[in-house]
Amino acid sequence: MLADFNLRIILEYLPLFLAGLRSTFFISIVSISLAVTTGILACACRISGIRLIKYPAIAYIEIIRSTPLLVQIYFLYFGLPTLGIKVPEIQTGILALMLNSGAYIAEIIRAGINSVEPGQIEAGVSSGLNYIQRMRFIILPQALGVTVPPLLGQAIVLVKDSALLSLISVAELTRAGQTLTSERFMPSEAFFTVAFFYMCIYFCLKALADWSQRKLIFREAY
Amino acid sequence: MTAFYFERLVEIFPFFLKGLWMTSKIAFISLVTCTLLGFVLGIFRSGKNMMLKRIIGVYVAFVRGTPFVVQVFIIFFILPEWGLQLKAFPAALLAMAIMGSAFICEIVAGGISSIPKGQWEAAASSGLNLVQQLRWVILPQAMKVILPPLVGQFVLLIKDTSVVSVIGVMELTRVGWVTVVRIPEGLMVFSLVGALYFVISYPLILLSNYLEQKMAV
Repeated sequence: MLADFNLRIILEYLPLFLAGLRSTFFISIVSISLAVTTGILACACRISGIRLIKYPAIAYIEIIRSTPLLVQIYFLYFGLPTLGIKVPEIQTGILALMLNSGAYIAEIIRAGINSVEPGQIEAGVSSGLNYIQRMRFIILPQALGVTVPPLLGQAIVLVKDSALLSLISVAELTRAGQTLTSERFMPSEAFFTVAFFYMCIYFCLKALADWSQRKLIFREAY
Repeated sequence: MTAFYFERLVEIFPFFLKGLWMTSKIAFISLVTCTLLGFVLGIFRSGKNMMLKRIIGVYVAFVRGTPFVVQVFIIFFILPEWGLQLKAFPAALLAMAIMGSAFICEIVAGGISSIPKGQWEAAASSGLNLVQQLRWVILPQAMKVILPPLVGQFVLLIKDTSVVSVIGVMELTRVGWVTVVRIPEGLMVFSLVGALYFVISYPLILLSNYLEQKMAV
């Protein structure tokens, strides 16, 4: 079974794996930052009273949430060139991850905002604060604490989702495993190494998410 | 040109329905197996046997810590090396069962642990044995906590079936991928694929939202 597990081949291909790992880091960090921005914007549109921006935001969130990420990636990968837009695969991939996670993050933020009790908003209204002041001083400070742990959860999902970019030949971690498999046909060495690196990222982010869960949700403290 | 391709697409629409059927088949079989396995694992995970808890914990961590597409590759490429030759379809089902049951296990274990200890004690002192305690006292209450995320997980599982297209299972995404080579209108082809996924997963999303509102205490 694992008796002939070839460590030497892993060492030989280690630079490739590390380059893939670096690329996965880069893609994840860029995508999550863009996704948070998209999520905040989409959420702002979603909870606003103006129909002209509210309904497109709902459509965006619901469509993204009910179709697979892989289909969204292919949609952009095969679709953008027909529109005459030619960008490298990595940018297509980051765009797909950004749009996908953006919709989930919009819902996370909305849940955070909804978790603030209506009594607090009423208290704000009767203190004479306007909408922006209420958001700034009452709702957001409380909502953000609740939002951080699920946001980190979404970051974990995004790192794992970035593996799908290997299918549109972005040179990231999973792609390194595919390369090793096709060049030497050593799938166990290739994919167990890939899995090991993903596990490392997962455990770091998971520890961070658990820690933030304990620290930031102060409401459960009493 | 676009109109021409649109006609071609209408022509081969039955091909897409076949893909949809395959996706539904994979989704249905794996939802059932994942739920059953997930409940069994979840019950053991919240039980008292330390050894078993650890083993399930490692299994869950491995599944949750790695991307599904890597798991699919491991099952499809590595099992043959160990002498277990699987065709694409059973390999896809196996991968789905392994992945889904780990996620559902965590949901079930979370639900069971949300039940206060006093309920177990009350059930035990009413003379119920362990299975009866679970069946009549603990699970009915835990279901309130389990059900909304479970349905949400179902939606994720249905969407994850798209990943098994990488090992050549002729499901919806694979059909789109094969079609786009012949009809080079990526937007059109994958809008259609997306719309067909939407048809199966959106009702479940609505159900999950409804349950979340209804079960929120």
